[in-house]
Amino acid sequence: MAAFPGADPVGGLLGGLLIGLAGALMLLGAGRIAGVSGIFARATGIGTGSMDRTAAWAFVLGLPLGALLLGLAVAKEPPSFFDWPYLVVAGLLVGFGTRLGNGCTSGHGVCGVSRLSGRSIVATLTFMAAGIATVALMNMMGVGQ
Amino acid sequence: MIRRVLPPLLSGILFGAGLHLGGMTDPARVRGFLDLFGDWDPTLAFVMGGALVVMAIAWRFRERMEKPVFGDKWWIPTKTDLDPRLVGGAAIFGIGWGVAGLCPGPGLAALVIEPASAAIFVAAMFGGMFLHRIATPD
Repeated sequence: MAAFPGADPVGGLLGGLLIGLAGALMLLGAGRIAGVSGIFARATGIGTGSMDRTAAWAFVLGLPLGALLLGLAVAKEPPSFFDWPYLVVAGLLVGFGTRLGNGCTSGHGVCGVSRLSGRSIVATLTFMAAGIATVALMNMMGVGQ
Repeated sequence: MIRRVLPPLLSGILFGAGLHLGGMTDPARVRGFLDLFGDWDPTLAFVMGGALVVMAIAWRFRERMEKPVFGDKWWIPTKTDLDPRLVGGAAIFGIGWGVAGLCPGPGLAALVIEPASAAIFVAAMFGGMFLHRIATPD
């Protein structure tokens, strides 16, 4: 895209279609929401729930396995991660927040919004706004660059 | 056993592949999307768009199905109340998402892309979930 030279609309769209298929398979195959935070909590024993723990681990371990397989087929640019103090703070907030709010980008953002769930739409608008404000604030303060 | 485990495993694999293909395992790209007032990167909007179209169709199929293909019943959330926990939790999650450009799915998928960094994030995420469990005994 001329206006946004760094963007990858084709990779993004194809990746999104795969994520949609993943959610569709979980919904129509297992009758469940493909919500990563909830299933991760279930797998690790943090959360209780109706899902079989072996099945929860299968989904959780499928995520890195899928990324690995895709990486063998398609070369991606090397990623850029922040240093460990940022990762620790971010991880704590993400873990606590997704439990309190019952979901993350997958469960609320993809599965819930596509179902037009009011709770998921409110959650998604909230975490998008909070994320945008956080990045803007960090940039203003010159943190993490 | 296979009936129970195979759909989640395949779903996880497709999910992880989609995240990596869409650039979501690169925190810089995710933060680029959240950097609305700076050097904005719209890629995540395409990821969301693609996923939402397929899922919207899946919900239509679900209406015509009595039960899931490999299950006996549906396990779909029924809550509708917009309580402070929902909004507060989403806000806390959003701040964490902005800090490092990682949410749970990409964090787990990135374990094979940038293992050390992703492992720190996933361990801290587990810690945050554990703190929530201690804070809310119910």
